[in-house]
Amino acid sequence: MTTANVEQKVKNIIADQLGVGEDEIKITSSFIEDLGADSLDIVELVMAMEEEFEVEIPDEEAENIKTVQDAVNYITTHKK
Amino acid sequence: MSPIDPKDVEVTRARMETDDVRLSLGGLLRGKRALITGVANDRSIAWGIAEAFQREGAELAFTYPGESMERRVRPIAEGIGAKAIVDCDVSKDEDIARTVAEIGKVWDRVDVLVHSIGFAPRSALDGRFADVTTRDAWRITMDVSAYSLIALARAFRPMMPAGSSIVTLTYYGAEKVVRNYNVMGVAKAALESSMRYLAEDLGQEGIRVNAISAGPIKTLAAAGIKGMRTMLGENAAKTPLRRNVDQEDCARAALYLCSDLARNVTGEVLHVDAGQNILGVVSME
Repeated sequence: MTTANVEQKVKNIIADQLGVGEDEIKITSSFIEDLGADSLDIVELVMAMEEEFEVEIPDEEAENIKTVQDAVNYITTHKK
Repeated sequence: MSPIDPKDVEVTRARMETDDVRLSLGGLLRGKRALITGVANDRSIAWGIAEAFQREGAELAFTYPGESMERRVRPIAEGIGAKAIVDCDVSKDEDIARTVAEIGKVWDRVDVLVHSIGFAPRSALDGRFADVTTRDAWRITMDVSAYSLIALARAFRPMMPAGSSIVTLTYYGAEKVVRNYNVMGVAKAALESSMRYLAEDLGQEGIRVNAISAGPIKTLAAAGIKGMRTMLGENAAKTPLRRNVDQEDCARAALYLCSDLARNVTGEVLHVDAGQNILGVVSME
């Protein structure tokens, strides 16, 4: 899966979980500050991404995933 | 109660090989009115129970605690045809009283009460038990996770006819030490004991009270426990059935406990855990 594919899928998941339009989601968007996510949204996002990409995101790592870019980076480096 | 058509059961049994299949018993809870607490999203155990109850013909009502949960619960609850969706923070007596009043507007009785509520501060679910279990953490965890069962039972008892039933969700961490489960395990122990005392007390009115002790399931609440999600991957192989349990497994147990199938069962902790609780801790593998 290419990085662009991962990015698109991540955006799909975010749009679905947070109920925001995909055009509002930039690669630099912060989940909390730009997209209005709360702490439960973040947990749901992490769970949805784990499922979609079949990766495990440990709690310590999840805490560092704050933007769309962070998520894409984590997934592209850890995806089997 | 409607009889179960043996044909339905046969068909279902044949399909059990595929785990996706939803059990259909042809209206096991037809006409029953079930109040479901503790739905956070469509992964919640309480949601699995709600879906199964709806399939079996029950009418449903839901509670949620506060606005941040309302936007999660309301859309799916409306989608399943909920008769009422009520804001209820179970740590507040006035919220519980208002919930009884709201439910009383749509129903004259409640046949089933599902208690699937637990809360502990995240800081108490990570680290050394003696250090992180502060007085405040203890107080709020016990209040929300255990006392709420008693409070809801007392509030709804006048609306619950003989033959009605209460079911709560617990976990093995009540019985044995599960690392990082911490004060939540203490609260679950209190919950299970409260369940038994309620079963004895409400038995006078013919109301049954039971608990489902579910194996670990990947839910929003479970994600708050340190190491829970990574533990799940290794957990399946350690159970007698070599598998994890899911929301549907709990839902099937709830169907049993909340229907007349379990008409003489009360005060029971039913383990839905692929057999995990029978194992000792030592493995020779």
